[in-house]
Amino acid sequence: MKMELMQPFINSLDAVIAETMGCSAEIADVTMEEGNYKRTGIAALVGISGEIEGRVILDMEMAAAQQATADIAGAEGSLSEETARETVCELTNMVIGNAVTQLNNYGFKFRVHPPEIYALDAGLQGAADTEAVVLRFETPKGAVYLNIAVRYKQRRSGDRPGMIALCP
Amino acid sequence: MEFKPLTCEDKPKVRFLVVDDSVFARKNLCKMVQAFGGEIAGEAGDGIAAIAEYANTLPDIVLMDITMPKMEGIEAVEHIVRDHPEARIVMVSSVGYQDNILSALQKGARHFVQKPVKPEALYEIIRYVLNDQVAPAPATAGEIQS
Repeated sequence: MKMELMQPFINSLDAVIAETMGCSAEIADVTMEEGNYKRTGIAALVGISGEIEGRVILDMEMAAAQQATADIAGAEGSLSEETARETVCELTNMVIGNAVTQLNNYGFKFRVHPPEIYALDAGLQGAADTEAVVLRFETPKGAVYLNIAVRYKQRRSGDRPGMIALCP
Repeated sequence: MEFKPLTCEDKPKVRFLVVDDSVFARKNLCKMVQAFGGEIAGEAGDGIAAIAEYANTLPDIVLMDITMPKMEGIEAVEHIVRDHPEARIVMVSSVGYQDNILSALQKGARHFVQKPVKPEALYEIIRYVLNDQVAPAPATAGEIQS
């Protein structure tokens, strides 16, 4: 997968975690996904269609999701899994929304679909021609995984805006 | 952070309609609105429900998400402003690219806030929108031609 497509998602996750949870998120591991994706905690998926297409999954360890809920909503005490799921959906929405804002401002036109809870324990895989990259971020509040499987839609040669110059 | 209660004309409380498909985001926005001294007139989870809820509650301010199922926020803005040109709608979305902002403003939204929302930024924008003069209704194509 092109680094220029991944970088906006990485920057966005870092910024959203800092803003909402008040902590940093550092990349601890990067793997290419070869088999089916198995979520570790609470995960939400957002589909993207248009000149860039694919899907992104944000997966948070339960402890991190509960802490995020407490940080964002100011909730205290034991939080239900349902509330934590809503938090992960909303965080996913923010991370993907901010990333696609950057990509769109570089000239790509595409649509973001509302986030859905990714409930499968195993099953989703990058398409044959779209490999998925899984980034593990460590935060003081638990691990957060970003599974990115996006690609340029087939365009005529010479149509693509100059991404490399825009994404250092 | 403490906020001076928002005011609107001679009403004791500014009334809000909060539109977002995420229950969590709605709760969070409602909490902010209440911290600003506002009152929740209604909530909606998609554009179609927002249009109906606007007509039922006639709020002073609408906080409207963009990406929603059934009908997206920008289309809902177009419907609401067509029927209620005085509507004050602030878009609140994580998707903040120029085309989206421009399109929302062209349809009649008054402002745009990108998520994650900072309460102090939202407060200032709402204050600005409340004090802004109501824009005249846009001319229809027929009026322009004649």
